[in-house]
Amino acid sequence: MTVAQSAFSNPAPLRSGDDSQHSTIIGKVWKYGDGVNTDVIFPGKYTYSLKEPNEIAAHALEDLDPRFATEAQPGDVIVAGRNWGNGSSREQAVTALKVKGIAAVVAKSFARIYFRNGINQGLLLVTCPEAVDAAQDGDTIEIDVEQHVIRLRASDDPHPSTPASTGSASAQDAREYPFPPLSPTALSIIAAGGLVPHIRKKLGLTNTEVVSNE
Amino acid sequence: MGYTFAEKVLARAAGLPSVVAGQVVDAKPDVALSHDNTAPIARIFRAIGLEKVAIPDRMCITLDHAAPPPTPKHAQNHVEVRAFVKEQGIQNFFEVGRGICHQVLSEEALVLPGQLILGADSHTTHFGWLGAFGAGVGRTEMAAIWATGELWLRVPESMKVIVTGQLGRGVTAKDLCLHLIGMLGADGGLYQSIEFHGPAIERMPLAERMVIPNMMAEFGAKNAYLPPDEAVFSYLAERRARRLNSAFSIQHSAITAMAVYPDDDAVYASTHVINADDIGLKIACPHTVDHVKSLREVAGTRIHQAFLGTCTNGRLEDLAAAAEIVKGRHVAAGTRLLVIPASSEVYADALRAGYVQTLIEAGAVFGTPGCGPCMGVHMGVLGPGEACISTANRNFKGRMGQPDAEIYLASPAVVAASAIRGVIADPREIE
Repeated sequence: MTVAQSAFSNPAPLRSGDDSQHSTIIGKVWKYGDGVNTDVIFPGKYTYSLKEPNEIAAHALEDLDPRFATEAQPGDVIVAGRNWGNGSSREQAVTALKVKGIAAVVAKSFARIYFRNGINQGLLLVTCPEAVDAAQDGDTIEIDVEQHVIRLRASDDPHPSTPASTGSASAQDAREYPFPPLSPTALSIIAAGGLVPHIRKKLGLTNTEVVSNE
Repeated sequence: MGYTFAEKVLARAAGLPSVVAGQVVDAKPDVALSHDNTAPIARIFRAIGLEKVAIPDRMCITLDHAAPPPTPKHAQNHVEVRAFVKEQGIQNFFEVGRGICHQVLSEEALVLPGQLILGADSHTTHFGWLGAFGAGVGRTEMAAIWATGELWLRVPESMKVIVTGQLGRGVTAKDLCLHLIGMLGADGGLYQSIEFHGPAIERMPLAERMVIPNMMAEFGAKNAYLPPDEAVFSYLAERRARRLNSAFSIQHSAITAMAVYPDDDAVYASTHVINADDIGLKIACPHTVDHVKSLREVAGTRIHQAFLGTCTNGRLEDLAAAAEIVKGRHVAAGTRLLVIPASSEVYADALRAGYVQTLIEAGAVFGTPGCGPCMGVHMGVLGPGEACISTANRNFKGRMGQPDAEIYLASPAVVAASAIRGVIADPREIE
């Protein structure tokens, strides 16, 4: 994996717009409850023995939802309750989801280290309790980052968004939920493509040389 | 308007005259901690495009999470860590068996009052026991600190917890923490700096104080703080003088001068008063730390393993409490008692005090100082259907390596009593 890719390698095919801004994300909802911790997102027993991104992703959420690692598709979105990612500082709990192609996590709140790890790895994390309450497993969720709004459609909606969607609102019958924007510091890290490219820029290491990471 | 502990320490670390909660600052940590994860952090560091770390003198590295290594992959990881330590000229490196990072850095007096320590470990909150600002960060963030010597931090809002009264017989700091987490939830202190004040805190022995900020990671806290006093200054000065081969009195006055206290008129997001007299023995039940019950509600629950150790409760005083319970008794049939001292110093002191012999004669087994089975890597992981009562800080599903196992968290004396009875038991009822 390269720096250029690792920071923002989300292969989500359903997304449109500028990659580094995540402008709009459309995906299927995987709904979970409160207090999902890092040990179930990525078990601690693997932390020093697995280092290949695909190996890490294969164990994502295995103790909570064995379907996830095999069935989640690139572009899908996790929607969860309070304190998502509490527990260990292990960054694999972010990496595992990124490598799976998860486009974003929407939660009622995030554990603080997880939130920072998400920003630093370029995983979009959105705090929006109202959308979490409204979303059902399998719904189609649209996250408009520029407008700070989430749109939800039920899985049995007669007009679901399709992979061909350009991310346009098509919001006539979608339910809308606004969310607060990220802080300028967090946005600047995300805009740089994650913390590693952000630091490279800060240190004047601005050449585009590809450096191996992992 | 006055300032909280967090505002004062982060202003100094950011080189600013003052900061307020909500502000984002670039802070320079006095200490940067990493452990077995040093090798993966080093890979991220190299990806930044640098060869030499900016702050070798501020880095502290321990091998504790998978120590001694249980598999060749873990051994390879340690090989990479040692090579990095040598290549970068890092002096504060602690080998397999020296102990758990938070205990070792405390014993070595490498963190002082008023300092900022950032660690690639979620329990870096630990260092609040000595009046430092400790916070956990991710691997990429640690690589960024190595590269630049600083990291962006949001100055946290603060919660004030005033503990009045006195803890009852057999009731410990662990019970106080579980009480607080059970009361306000695992996200009760999310993103916040938790300051502990009040007579029950001031009276606490140091080993008990160390439990509190350590457990506050399970409260969602960014950091936690106990006001440092003479006991803290002497502990650090004596150890620092020993390590640096310098005069105790100079060390002592310098350390005392570093202490930071919040202003009386500082602004807190919330204040909670807890009467220590009202707290009983507490157990965190599977599978979350805020699933807290009183001991009598779960007494009698069958357990297969009792684990005494970790950065939370693996100190000399914890082994002493357990030894007192098990002396002249034996671990129940069908139950095992696993003891892992938090450091080699704890181990040696426990040996001298006779606790090791007492525990072994009661049927306990000892492991190498380090994290042991706490996060499910090795040395006492659980089998399917097993239940463990542990002095650790986390009981998440799958935490000790097996999703179909149950983990109960309690104080050292409760863990020892439960080992003797084979069921969750009240140490005050062991005759």
